[in-house]
Amino acid sequence: MKQRHKKSSLVFILVVPAVILSALTVYAQTNSCIACHREMGDELAMPAEAFKLDVHQEFGLSCSDCHGGNPAEEDVDLAKDGTFEGAPLREQIPEFCASCHSDSSYMRRYNPSLRVDQLDLYLTSGHGKLIKEGDTKAAVCTDCHGTHGILASSHPKSWTFPWNIPDMCGRCHADKDFMKGYRIPTNQLEEYEQSVHAYALFEKKDLSAPVCNDCHGNHGAAPPEVTSIAFVCRQCHPSTGELFSKSPHKTVYDELGISECEACHGNHKIFPPSDDMLGTGEKAVCIECHDPDSKPYQIASRIKKLLDDFIQQTDSARDLLEQASGKGVDVSNPMFKLREANTLLIMVRNLTHSLDIPAIEEKIQEGEKVILEVQEAGQAALKEATFRRRGLIISTFFVFLLAIALYLKIRLIEKKNQAK
Amino acid sequence: MNKFLKDALIYIDGRFKLSALLEFAKKKKVPEHKHSIWYYFGGICLFLFVIQVITGILLLLYYSPSVDSAYESVHTLMSRVKFGWLIRSVHSWSANILISAILIHMFSAFFLRAYRKPRELTWISGFFLLLIFFAFGFSGYLLPWNELSFFATRVGTDIAGTVPLIGHALKNFILGGPEISDVTLPRFFWFHVAILPLFTVIILGVHLVLVQVLGMSKPISLSDDKVREVPFFPNFILKDMLGWLLILVLIGVLCVFLPWEIGQKADPFAGTPLGIKPEWYFTFMFTTLKIVPSHILFIEGEVLAILGFMVGGLLWMLVPFLDKKASKEKKSPFFTWVGAFILLYIIVFTALTYLLPNL
Repeated sequence: MKQRHKKSSLVFILVVPAVILSALTVYAQTNSCIACHREMGDELAMPAEAFKLDVHQEFGLSCSDCHGGNPAEEDVDLAKDGTFEGAPLREQIPEFCASCHSDSSYMRRYNPSLRVDQLDLYLTSGHGKLIKEGDTKAAVCTDCHGTHGILASSHPKSWTFPWNIPDMCGRCHADKDFMKGYRIPTNQLEEYEQSVHAYALFEKKDLSAPVCNDCHGNHGAAPPEVTSIAFVCRQCHPSTGELFSKSPHKTVYDELGISECEACHGNHKIFPPSDDMLGTGEKAVCIECHDPDSKPYQIASRIKKLLDDFIQQTDSARDLLEQASGKGVDVSNPMFKLREANTLLIMVRNLTHSLDIPAIEEKIQEGEKVILEVQEAGQAALKEATFRRRGLIISTFFVFLLAIALYLKIRLIEKKNQAK
Repeated sequence: MNKFLKDALIYIDGRFKLSALLEFAKKKKVPEHKHSIWYYFGGICLFLFVIQVITGILLLLYYSPSVDSAYESVHTLMSRVKFGWLIRSVHSWSANILISAILIHMFSAFFLRAYRKPRELTWISGFFLLLIFFAFGFSGYLLPWNELSFFATRVGTDIAGTVPLIGHALKNFILGGPEISDVTLPRFFWFHVAILPLFTVIILGVHLVLVQVLGMSKPISLSDDKVREVPFFPNFILKDMLGWLLILVLIGVLCVFLPWEIGQKADPFAGTPLGIKPEWYFTFMFTTLKIVPSHILFIEGEVLAILGFMVGGLLWMLVPFLDKKASKEKKSPFFTWVGAFILLYIIVFTALTYLLPNL
């Protein structure tokens, strides 16, 4: 009995302090900032709630890493010790974030691939310059990235994820009241949403389609100068840019200070390019600058005709194949060949930026050879369809003859049987 | 007839006793009455089977049973080989007409009570032939390795995987693994050109011997009447041939105006295209499985439906032993109602698959 008593006492002495110690350790690890802010509710609870999803929290950072203080202290006064910084003022935010994000040795510990020049870029941006001038309405880090629920830019719900960027920028730039006094238009978002780029992004879900920051920069956001617009477009359209640079337009545009691509295609509202933009028709952009009796007008008209003729040949070859396909003949091989002609058509369309008629004619001739091959295959397929139909008619005729002969034979046999 | 031909016939007859066979065919009588038309569907099935064998052998000249070359070999056959399109189209169309003809033959035999004593085994062998031709259709459908056949096979084998107890093992056996892979195609090919033809020859042989030995069944309503009979040869066989010629014209028209398409090559990593469904003769089961509630009492709905089809199939096969009245040459309207219900069910659910694909 005494033995058992001794054992119980030993267990009590070892277990109880262990339990108390672990409880204290757990208590010491709780973040008093989050605990208190949650208790306070409403607006003051929001940072604590939002921080649950914050990318900084994923890397193990907590409130005190930005705001200072001692989250291990339960008492508010003790928690807000000498290191406590609280919330920075708007104009202080860029430097506040940069205290870590511009520190390469610090950032290397968490995300070595992340750039550390955001503040430098920001200070060259329109936003950064305004903040420096004391305009606190200008965008700071938190306006684009959020405050306590900051998500990585690769997160589809992040404001800085490609398909959220137009709306994110538009929150300020499409707000007429907010932008009053800045003397810049507020229809960029509306125009962008009608553009071929928005179609690629929102309809085709092509994340490589350009959004605001691809042309204006992100941290160093500023409107591109007339001279640099062409370089912005060339980031994705290098071949078109190269052809344009070889064209007679290049020198004239440079001399007159006309922005290259924008002059014909626009800026935010860039519609899908159409063949009608070329030539001398109503929708042609060439006639905006060139008079009917001028040489460039004649060149525009010639290029348009070359292009139209090539398109017509491609369409007629396709019609031929579709006709044969409709008649049940397999035309997958010539249809595949026709893709070559389509590729050449795209190349010709691109070549129009060079205004180089011999180069365009050369490419079209290449395409015409392909089309000729396709047309021959299409004609052969149609011939095959006719052959099949004729074959069916002839064979059906003989089968029916045989059927009639059989029928007559059956009747003859039945008559004989009846006679018996 | 010239002398050489005469001598040749005498030579052959002396060895194969063809004249005895011809004599048997002449003596064999076939009843002729208002329901006689249904007798011809057996002959049509046989004719279509012969077409399948001939065109199947010709397809083997070009077909390559591997995932890397199956689609390409069929594509070459369709686009470059002279009359390749015709051979493949005839094979595919006649396969579908054959399944239709088998179903018509089976239901006509059911409604005319042709399964009754002493033709129970004829019915059972016919039932097995139906299953074999379903398997022919299922295995042949995958062979071109196109998108439609790939995903339809996946749907079909997923259904097989839900069969209680043996489903998982059955699916693994059919596919050669848990999913359709590069071993599945050679396996399906092996079923299609080796195993199934072997079973067909044996069971079809039994079926034909039974038909020849027992003759055609007369409907119960006419069993007391004196029914006119005509010789199997040449009267019946000539009429049979007339039917074959009409079917041949139908196949020709379908092949010329609607040649069997090849579609896109199967991409196992692509998502299942919308509206994918199995071959038409499996769609009544497919639609049933789609609309069945997830649970009926404590059993999973899909499992219950599969069990239902299995039990239904078994009862259908055993109908000659269940229909006691018919075996006593008495009318059995209950079985007529059951047959009509099953037929209506198959027609309605097949139609629903195509009319309401999003059911």
